[in-house]
Amino acid sequence: MTEPAIRVEGLVKRFGDVVAVDGISFDVPPATILGLLGPNGAGKTTTVRVLTTILRPDEGRATVLGHDVATEPDEVRAIIGLAGQYAAVDDNLTGRENLRMIGRLTHQPRAVVAERAGELLERFGLADAADRPVRTYSGGMRRRLDLSAALVHRPPVLFLDEPTTGLDPRGRSDLWAVISELVSDGTTVLLTTQYLEEAERLADDVVVIDGGRIIAHGTPHDLKAKVGATIVEVRLADAANAQRAATVLAPIGPTEVAADGRTVRLTVPDAGRAVLDAVRALDGAGLVPEWLTVREPTLDDVFLQLTGHRAETPADTDDAAVPQLAAARSRKRGAA
Amino acid sequence: MTATTATPIPVPAPVEHRSKIAWAVSDALTIAQRNLIALFRVPTTLVFSTVQPVIFVLLFRYVFGGAINTPGVRYVDFLMAGIFVQTVTFGSVNTGVGLAEDLSKGLIERFRSLAMARSAVLAGRTLADSARNLLVIVLMLLVGFGVGFRVHTNPFALVAAIGVMLFFGFAMSWVMANVGLGTGSAEAAQAAAFPVMAILVFASNAFVPTTNMPGPLRAYADHQPVTAAVNAVRALTIGGPTAGRVLATLAWSFGIVAVFAPLAVRRYRRTA
Repeated sequence: MTEPAIRVEGLVKRFGDVVAVDGISFDVPPATILGLLGPNGAGKTTTVRVLTTILRPDEGRATVLGHDVATEPDEVRAIIGLAGQYAAVDDNLTGRENLRMIGRLTHQPRAVVAERAGELLERFGLADAADRPVRTYSGGMRRRLDLSAALVHRPPVLFLDEPTTGLDPRGRSDLWAVISELVSDGTTVLLTTQYLEEAERLADDVVVIDGGRIIAHGTPHDLKAKVGATIVEVRLADAANAQRAATVLAPIGPTEVAADGRTVRLTVPDAGRAVLDAVRALDGAGLVPEWLTVREPTLDDVFLQLTGHRAETPADTDDAAVPQLAAARSRKRGAA
Repeated sequence: MTATTATPIPVPAPVEHRSKIAWAVSDALTIAQRNLIALFRVPTTLVFSTVQPVIFVLLFRYVFGGAINTPGVRYVDFLMAGIFVQTVTFGSVNTGVGLAEDLSKGLIERFRSLAMARSAVLAGRTLADSARNLLVIVLMLLVGFGVGFRVHTNPFALVAAIGVMLFFGFAMSWVMANVGLGTGSAEAAQAAAFPVMAILVFASNAFVPTTNMPGPLRAYADHQPVTAAVNAVRALTIGGPTAGRVLATLAWSFGIVAVFAPLAVRRYRRTA
């Protein structure tokens, strides 16, 4: 096993009385992607800020390629790139001017900077817009420029804080392709995300955090296996029927009735078999659903499964499900 | 574990080797350049920082001026020194607003993740604001000449006066840098700056002599930095005892930088 590119040991960060990061530990091997998954306020961004030397840890230790983020911040800064949540580029400068500025601020020779800026603009499909002020860019273009800015000095370790939040599906898959390419060239990436799909697509390893603590750590495959790979949802005509449906579906897997009182959610490891079983069970009980859908679990489902409570994301307009009949839902707090 | 093959860790781009101080200067100039590009590309700030003093010139020269008694000095000559100092003092609010904007847009966060000098974002901003001040001062001089202002000393004294104004404005920019980093939004920085500006600029001898102010106010107005700067600029443009007034202003300016620059850098290091 090679030396990890990023090592985090017992990291704690407090803001006054609030413990934002509460003793987390993980390693990221070189040339891999670690996905830090969690809802808003879980401590993802704080962790990234500590690892990128923007905040000092209160306890614990973190190193990037062997350099301690607290005691050797300049060494760490020279080898990391950061692309944050807000596309931190200057609106008034052109794309090219932004990259040249970062190039100069990372202390590269002027000639190298000019060439590198051109190369990145080309690679990220910004060559045509290179000499326009960023103010005129679309959201996706800004994100791509932001990522380019993080890459100007060819950092071997890259931190991406929710890189695709707010991007359209096309922009998202473009960015995923770029990230995968970087990793195949040897770059180590730590990326935070609220999307399970993104973690699954990109990450070799996923750390799920909630309230500043790690609640799960493993490969995306492990995680899915833990959560149940598929969710079957059935909508009934009324609450009484929903309760009956929940009862007849319970033997197939953990079920719950959503807050609307009429939707039953069944979590199963294996969709094909379970859907057939579910249909048979419902038919046998004489229950005709208004609709039935089969879907992949979301971060919300992962949370419900791992913590027994829903991820409290403000964007979450989904009905706060009432875990009824929540069979065998152990509150696992397995720090990895 | 997956993909932990023997892919070599990539090496970051080579850096140019210079001393820490040389890089601090280079970084500050890079940031100053960035802020100046913005100034010329989005000239609204420049227009705003010019329109306001022009209104003050017209207001005091033609509306209030007739009622203000400045023995031995034409009011327009008395006024323009006040206008210049007011302009650079109000101009310093831009430093705070600009930094607050950089903070809220996440740019400061990016800069803090780079191995650049910790002083550069602030030094670059205050330098760029000094360059803007110079431009506005020249514009205000032209406006002043248009409404009858005359320099009664000599061109060298005028250049010295401009130097004094610029350095005083630079010092005030460091005060406002603290306000900008402390508030973190452009609107809040603006709101927080206004009372400070009012107490400094209006409770001074910038527009009226302090002789008729009530005792305690007069005691304050006679001994605060804006009055000192206005006195120095008046001495350099109208005449009279000069050296002591210029030295007093330089002392104030150095003192303000010595206190507020390290405070701002400290705040910059810690602001998340």
